[in-house]
Amino acid sequence: MENKFFEGAAEKIKGFISDKKEVYTFRGGIHPDAMKEETKDKPIVDIDAPQLMIFPMVQHLGAPATPIVQVGDEVKVGQKIAEASGYVSANIHSSVSGTVKEIKPSLHPNGTEVECIFIENDGRYEVVEGLKGYDYRELSPKEIVDIVREAGIVGMGGACFPTHVKLNVSDDKRIDYVIVNGAECEPYLTSDHRQMLENPKDVITGLKILMKIFGLTTGYIGIEENKPDAIEVLQNAASLDGEADIRIVTLKTKYPQGSEKQLIDAITGRKIPPGKLPADVGAIVDNVDTVASICRAVTKGRPLISRIVTVAGDCIGNPVNFRVRIGTPFNYIVEKAGGFKKEPRKVIMGGPMMGIAQISLDTPVVKGTSGLLAFGRKFARAQEETTCLRCGKCVEICPMRLVPLEINNAYKRNDFDALMKLNVMDCIECGSCSYICQSSQRVVQNIRIAKAKIREKK
Amino acid sequence: MEKTKKFIVSHAPHISGEERVQTVMLDVIIALFPSVIAGVIFFGYRAALLTAVCMAACIFFEWGWCKLLKKPSTVGDLSAAVTGIILAMNLPATLPFYQAILGSLFAIIIVKAFFGGLGHNFMNPAAAARAFLLTSFAMPMTRWVEPFEKLHLINNADAITSASPLSLYKAGEELTSFWNLFIGNRGGCIGETSAIAIIIGFAYLIWRKVIDYKCPLAYVLTTFVLSACLGGTLYSGVYHVFAGGLLFSAVFMVTDYTTTPYTPWGKVIFGIGCGLITVLIRFFGGYPEGVTYGILLMNVASPLIERYTHPRRFGKVKEAKENA
Repeated sequence: MENKFFEGAAEKIKGFISDKKEVYTFRGGIHPDAMKEETKDKPIVDIDAPQLMIFPMVQHLGAPATPIVQVGDEVKVGQKIAEASGYVSANIHSSVSGTVKEIKPSLHPNGTEVECIFIENDGRYEVVEGLKGYDYRELSPKEIVDIVREAGIVGMGGACFPTHVKLNVSDDKRIDYVIVNGAECEPYLTSDHRQMLENPKDVITGLKILMKIFGLTTGYIGIEENKPDAIEVLQNAASLDGEADIRIVTLKTKYPQGSEKQLIDAITGRKIPPGKLPADVGAIVDNVDTVASICRAVTKGRPLISRIVTVAGDCIGNPVNFRVRIGTPFNYIVEKAGGFKKEPRKVIMGGPMMGIAQISLDTPVVKGTSGLLAFGRKFARAQEETTCLRCGKCVEICPMRLVPLEINNAYKRNDFDALMKLNVMDCIECGSCSYICQSSQRVVQNIRIAKAKIREKK
Repeated sequence: MEKTKKFIVSHAPHISGEERVQTVMLDVIIALFPSVIAGVIFFGYRAALLTAVCMAACIFFEWGWCKLLKKPSTVGDLSAAVTGIILAMNLPATLPFYQAILGSLFAIIIVKAFFGGLGHNFMNPAAAARAFLLTSFAMPMTRWVEPFEKLHLINNADAITSASPLSLYKAGEELTSFWNLFIGNRGGCIGETSAIAIIIGFAYLIWRKVIDYKCPLAYVLTTFVLSACLGGTLYSGVYHVFAGGLLFSAVFMVTDYTTTPYTPWGKVIFGIGCGLITVLIRFFGGYPEGVTYGILLMNVASPLIERYTHPRRFGKVKEAKENA
């Protein structure tokens, strides 16, 4: 306890001294312990795939993809195995070579059952023919967006919104800002951090491809202050690149700095009006891993078949960042990370603030899996909920400037008119209110249910 | 594969801050400590005993109420202990014990428990109890003794009394020196006399992020500006901030979570309102002191203030500008 206080004070003093540099941020937010020490200095490790790979048809926001292979078919690495079934949907590619074993509903990391393609890995990793890279300078914006769509790229920060939909901006909207989201404000996760350190060129080329789509000469990369090494590496890479003006923006270390709306606010000062999209204020934001995937898709013709996953938590034997083939079941990843050093009671896909608690380890890595965290008894124990004291801390920190405690009360008395008046639909579900609550009220949890009920009613 | 227990599945977020109701209340108790010490230094062991009696009475009534209603005991959240200490700090050291116990009863049962307990009361329990005692036992509640007077532990009916700095001001007599106000060497309630002790408590609470600075600051500034104007001198402003129970209330009572607005601007308005009422009572009312009624009146107004000070939702400003 004591030590922590002094450390905190020392950090603050250091902060005051080094405040010369401009640091951007938004209003509100919280400061959870970063907990990134375990993995932030470890290089990304490539791991192979196990015998059986699982490809859920839902790895994106929107309509589930439709399988285009049949049981018994031979598939190769990078082969399209499922096709987008609508505009807001995404293709899915095999990350291994082998045989399609089964197509049946199975458990998805989000806790539901969805149709999955099971592929037996032959271990040869034969790559499908015809994958071809281009010089993006010679492509038209439409061609680039087509490549991105074909490659099945979705927002890899966790929301999984199909990237081609995001990039397809109607002509009446002018985009002034293309922003790479390197904030990585979730505790424990370091996958974006490592990506920026190890593949700065991919990130910068990806950003330049995006800039090309919108005819811009300036691009932005937002990184939290607590990753000075990443800021430096990208700054160097950007200055070496003579073609484009790429600006690295230092962001304050604060949760939820990586939320799209808060990030745009911090960097551009523009606030997305309720119910509008980033493009409505002339901004496009993509996560680091997404941008790197765009780079690989365009310049090398590689579809989205792998991603970086942080494996951490107090139960993981050897916390690490893996480059994982999408479709790899979680238990294989845990095994590769030294197994469990003690019995896990809670396993989370994603970060501890917004991640999804897992029922089983048989579920696979999907396109939005930024982390896999396993925690023991002490962490998993839920605090008992006590009466709300109306202290107003949630009001103070809400990044969307809502009144979480009133929303929580309105939900409890089932007052949907009040919920609408309190703008519950604006909530980005970052969970800061639940984090800060000294009465352990399940604020964001209730808001999530309330929002679902309201959507149902419509 | 070995058999493992099922994982715990719950909604995000999976982590939470370290603050709990108990830790917050404990911080308040720690912050009250300098004031208690100062009270004991100036008013002797009688002050310590009175504080202990109030605290014990509040805890007992809280426990008894839960027992009576067959509800799990809420004594563990320490809020009753905090109410007890704050009430004692608002009482003169010579107050008979039975009156202090009655005050505790009023605070815990009538003000707090009747309205649903912690988080539901609409008035500050300690302030309401003080108002109740002031109207019921006007004489003992306004009998101030000189600091360092040897007080009997039980009965102090014949202790030598003195005037409080505020009654001196009201009567137009010679004012207490700033130094004495600052360290607390003056007549008054147990906890309100020593400004330095209160400021130490304030610094602690701000550092621990238990309270917000906005409301106390607005309260103190309003009082300072108004009394400087009404009194005609700068010292009048300073005097009204340091004399009486203003500083103590600014740190420990207008920062009560439940009975003050939760919105940032609401806190400012609440502080200004408290200051306004306090100064008006002090200058134009019948009582020399107006802090208690200022707080109580603003407590009642606080739901209304909250309603009109909700923050503007994210992105709303932009929209308004575009339309214009």
